[in-house]
Amino acid sequence: MSVVSSQPARSRNWRERVLGNAAFRFESLLVLATLTAVMAFLSPVFFSVSNLLNIVLSTSVFGVLAIGMTFVICSAGIDLSVGSIVGFSGVVGALTSANLGLPWPACIVGCLAAGAFAGWVNGFLVTRAEIPPFIATLGMLGVARGVALVLSNGVSIYGLPPEVVYLGQGRPFGVPAPVIVLLGAAVVAHVLLIHTRFGVYAQVIGDNEAAARAMGVRVERHKVMLYALSGLLAGLAGLLFAARINSGEPTAGLNYELTAITATIIGGTNLFGGRGSVIGTIIGALIMGVLQNGLNLLAVQPFYQQIAIGAVLILAVWLDRINSREGWRR
Amino acid sequence: MSLLELHDVRKSFGAIEALRGATFSVEVGAVVGLVGDNGAGKSTLMKTITGVYRPDGGEIFFNGAPLAGKDPGDIRKAGIEMIYQDLALARMRDVASNIFLGRELTRSLFGVKLIDAKRMRSEAEAMIAKLGARVKSVTQLTGQLSGGQQQSVAIARALTFNPKLVIMDEPTAALAVREVEHVLDLIRALSGQGIAVILISHRLTDVFAVCDRIVVLRQGEVIANDPTAETTMNAVVAHIVGATDVPRQGAAR
Repeated sequence: MSVVSSQPARSRNWRERVLGNAAFRFESLLVLATLTAVMAFLSPVFFSVSNLLNIVLSTSVFGVLAIGMTFVICSAGIDLSVGSIVGFSGVVGALTSANLGLPWPACIVGCLAAGAFAGWVNGFLVTRAEIPPFIATLGMLGVARGVALVLSNGVSIYGLPPEVVYLGQGRPFGVPAPVIVLLGAAVVAHVLLIHTRFGVYAQVIGDNEAAARAMGVRVERHKVMLYALSGLLAGLAGLLFAARINSGEPTAGLNYELTAITATIIGGTNLFGGRGSVIGTIIGALIMGVLQNGLNLLAVQPFYQQIAIGAVLILAVWLDRINSREGWRR
Repeated sequence: MSLLELHDVRKSFGAIEALRGATFSVEVGAVVGLVGDNGAGKSTLMKTITGVYRPDGGEIFFNGAPLAGKDPGDIRKAGIEMIYQDLALARMRDVASNIFLGRELTRSLFGVKLIDAKRMRSEAEAMIAKLGARVKSVTQLTGQLSGGQQQSVAIARALTFNPKLVIMDEPTAALAVREVEHVLDLIRALSGQGIAVILISHRLTDVFAVCDRIVVLRQGEVIANDPTAETTMNAVVAHIVGATDVPRQGAAR
C-alpha cells in the first residue's frame, strides 16, 4: 500500500540546480534595499558608481571573514578569532617579503598558511581538548593579536611586493580586485556548502551532532577542517587588507569578528547551527557595508558605527527569537 | 559460524562499569530480543557494536571479521544498521537527505564530487513507497513530520543499503497500536529475507511475538540467553529484575 503522492519528478530548472535549497531570508534582501534607499535619500553622493564600488570594496574584507563564519556557525560553533587572524596573517605575509626578502608568492602563501594554522589550532582545541568554541576562539583572539604585535614589534611593516599590492589596489576591468576575490570565494563557498558532503556535513553536525556521528560522519575531523577553513579565509582577508594599504598592520581587523558574525546572522544562518547560506551571508555583509558607508557619508562619528553594528546584531537575533517562539505557539 | 559474535565485551564510563563482559551471538536471519531494566547496558552494548563507543575490552566479530575499534561509517559499510531510539535524524534537512545521510550519492563535475540531489530524491521516493510509509514527499523537512513518519524515515534509512543486521532500539515505544503491528510485520519480513534483527524493547509481548531468542542483560552482563520457545514471560521478568536463582546460561563467569 503506497500512499506516496506520485509527485512528477519535479522539473529542475536552473535555479534549483544552482541554488539548491540555499534558503536565505528574503527579509535580509528587503533590509538591504530599504537601507540603500534611505542612504540614497539622505546623501546625494551615495548612488555614484565610485561610492558603490567603495561599499563593495570595504565589504570585501569582512565579507570573506563572514563566509568562513557561515560554515562554523552552521556546525553550531563560533569563531571569535577571525579579526585577530586578519592582523596576524597580514603581519606574517608582510614579514616574508619585507624582512625575509622572499618573492611575492611567499607573501600570499604566508598569509593563507598563517590563517589556516591559527584556524587549525582552534579546531584542535575544540575537538581534542574539548574546549567550547566560544572559549577556544576567544583565547585565540588574544593570542593571534599578541603574536601579531610581537612579530611586528607593534609597528606597521611596509613594503609588499607589487603583485600582492595589485590584489588590494588593482582594478581589472574597473572592478576593485578584492571584490573579485570576494565573489570568487563566495561562489566556491556556496557550491561547497550546498552541493558537497563537506558543506552538508557541516550543517548536519549543527543540526544533530550525535546523528552525524552515528551515521558515520567523522565529526571531530570535520570540525577541525571547518575551523581551519575559517582561519584560511581570515588569512585571505588579512592578505586583502595588507595588500590594500601596502603594509602588514598588527592591529588590522580589530573588532571584525563582530561585523562578520553580524553579517552571517542577518544573512539568515541559524545562530544555533543546522542551516546557513553563503548568499545570505553576502547580503548580510553588504548590509553592514552600506550601513558603515552611509554613516560615514552622513559624517557620523566612527564611534557610533560600533554602536550601530552591535545593535543590529542584537536586534537580528532578537527578531529571530520572537519569530521562532511564535512558530512554537502555532 | 554466527553472523555477529560478542565475546566478553566491556565498557566503562569513569567509575561506572556499563558492560561487564557481555557475550552472545546472532545467527544469519535470526531475530534476537535484547531486554533488561533501565541502565542494564542495552543501549551501551548496541552503541559499542555500531562503533559509537569503543569497547574497553573483549571482542566483536561480524561475518568472521573483527569490528572493535572501527568507526561507525565502516561498520555501516560492513552491513550493520541501527535504528536509534531518538531516531538520529537531522530535523532541518529533508527526508531524502536523511535517508542518504552519511552515504550521499554524488556525481562528478570537473573532478569535484557534487551531491546528486535528484537521484537521492527518486531513490528515496522508491524506498518510502516500498515500505508503504505515509510520507507525502521526500522534500519535506524531517522535523515537520509526525513521530511515526519520522520513524519511517529512520527505518527507510536503515534498509536502503541492504544490511545484514538491523538493530532496533525501542522501535515500538512511541507508536500507536496499528503502527506497532506494522513494525513487527517488518521485522518478520526482514528475517524472512535473511536479515538478522536485534530488537531492544521494554514491551515483552512484542519481544515474545517476533523473537527467536531472548537475551536478558542485567548490570552489564548477559544473565539469560534462551530460545523463545523454551522460556516464559515470568522467567524473563524474573531475570530482568534479578528476583531469581535460576542458573545463568550464556554468561561467561
